[in-house]
Amino acid sequence: MNILVCVKQVPDTNEIKIDPETHTLVRAGVPSIVNPFDTYALEAGVQIKEAIGGKVVVVSMGPEQAADALKTCLSVGADAAYLVSGREFGGSDTLATSFILSNAVKTIEEKEGAPFDLILCGKQAVDGDTAQVGPELAEHLGLPQLTYAMDLTVEDGVVKIKRECDDGYDLMTTNLPAVITVVKLPTEPRYPTIRSKMAAKKKPIPVLTAEDLAIDVSRCGLKGSPTKVKSTYTPSREKSGVKIAGLPADEAAAQLATLLTDAKIL
Amino acid sequence: MSEAYQNIWVFVETECGKAKNVGFELLNPARELADKKGCKLIAVVIGKDVEHVAKDAICYGADSAILVEGDEYEYYSTDAFATALVELIQKYKPETVIIGATNNGRDMGPRVSCRLKTGLTADCTALDIDEETGCIAWTRPTFGGNLMATIECPECRPQMGTVRPAVFKKATYQEGKTGEIVREDIHVAADAIRTKLLERVKEVAEAVNLEEADIIVSGGRGVGSVEGFATIRELADLLGATVGCSRAVVDAGWMPHAHQVGQSGKTVAPKVYIACGISGAIQHVAGMSGADTIIAINKDEEAPIFEVADYGIVGNLFDVIPAFIEAYKKIKA
Repeated sequence: MNILVCVKQVPDTNEIKIDPETHTLVRAGVPSIVNPFDTYALEAGVQIKEAIGGKVVVVSMGPEQAADALKTCLSVGADAAYLVSGREFGGSDTLATSFILSNAVKTIEEKEGAPFDLILCGKQAVDGDTAQVGPELAEHLGLPQLTYAMDLTVEDGVVKIKRECDDGYDLMTTNLPAVITVVKLPTEPRYPTIRSKMAAKKKPIPVLTAEDLAIDVSRCGLKGSPTKVKSTYTPSREKSGVKIAGLPADEAAAQLATLLTDAKIL
Repeated sequence: MSEAYQNIWVFVETECGKAKNVGFELLNPARELADKKGCKLIAVVIGKDVEHVAKDAICYGADSAILVEGDEYEYYSTDAFATALVELIQKYKPETVIIGATNNGRDMGPRVSCRLKTGLTADCTALDIDEETGCIAWTRPTFGGNLMATIECPECRPQMGTVRPAVFKKATYQEGKTGEIVREDIHVAADAIRTKLLERVKEVAEAVNLEEADIIVSGGRGVGSVEGFATIRELADLLGATVGCSRAVVDAGWMPHAHQVGQSGKTVAPKVYIACGISGAIQHVAGMSGADTIIAINKDEEAPIFEVADYGIVGNLFDVIPAFIEAYKKIKA
């Protein structure tokens, strides 16, 4: 089984701040992490490899620093990592990103000497929240896709997933090769050990540039992106609500019940 | 190029012959956009035995509908739905295609836009027309709701977007309104549908319909345990409310994911949202700030939930909720 996991390095959205003047992300002091959904995708890949054998390769598109995210992946079970990087790729929307990644998949397959049987992605990145790159990658590659997997297994060339639904899950299958996007797993992703971190540090991470991919650069970056960000703003959330504090619970509750019934809210 | 493309389409998602609400909801803002542009609003309905959905879509505001029916559309599959929608778009050339941002909509949308090499804006919460360019201005939250971005697709057509359920309200149903229903005979061979649905497993005893609830009583980390939710449920039962929860609760295994409100759960817009023991992380607020009235109960006076609450009590929810139940019963008695 040759497994490819696509990961993205993202700012930890629990800790990000937006500059209220410029409406841009304040990057200083904000930790970068592997997109949490991608950590489940990687864990799924590593578990499948452990169950039936094979190799797990991770790929990320991003600036040089994204190599840190790939190192993290190497420390929790990935066998090899590639970074897709270059100025031509900056500003790509999901169509351009998935196009670049689909080219990277082909280049990595050549380098690894075998096609991928299974391509795993997190369901979405927590910075952009689009959930589009996985399906678009599948489209570029002409592969079937299953999205929103909560659990997955591979047997005899068939991948079976539990697909998240409102009131449970759909049990779905498709033949490999296929693209699967992962929401979660029954188990949490493993942690690195000191030894696995040391080993990961020593592994080389080849960088694939536009030239390496022999890619049509007119379909990359801002130029290759049909969607454009027109403006951004910070949502205002401040409300001047009624806050009852410093009262015993029964008095506070009685006051609230009166307020709500008088205003015909309840 | 773009002159050939006209009209606004709303994809009305169906499954097992029934429409999902979001499609009807989206006809409402789309109607406004179509009126502003002076173009037609067309509902696209793909499913099995769904002519009634096409008729309803017209009563909810569409001028006409395009209907594709077949056994292969009874349950959603990426291949069948993407194939049918792409074929329709290539034939009719709509200027704009709006899709509900359900799991299926977000599975199909990128497949379609990518095949057509056009832009798709994900999970939007507001729609408008840019008066300068005439393009749809798609507004969406990013960075977990910390930032809103307005996105346009200036050069490629159709311009496409997925829009969150429960952000827009359905228009009033216009009984007896009629419009043309155009049938298109598109079939996808069984072997061209590469994924298979083996079984649909229901894990939740009663279906959780947070999106349509009038009142939601929601519990967070402060509820502390599975048992703690008995208190939340008691209040919900009294008010005829649906029980919701924050992500921390699902992660802790106290409630199933179907109850989760927020960025990685459901977006809800009830009349009343009661947040109990929920700190109000922006990811949670992103999913419930559309509520008409927000009530917060939290023992931490500094909890950010109070910033968005219309009413709040600083106190332990296990003291406040029983006291509230008693006081409320007294008033209503």
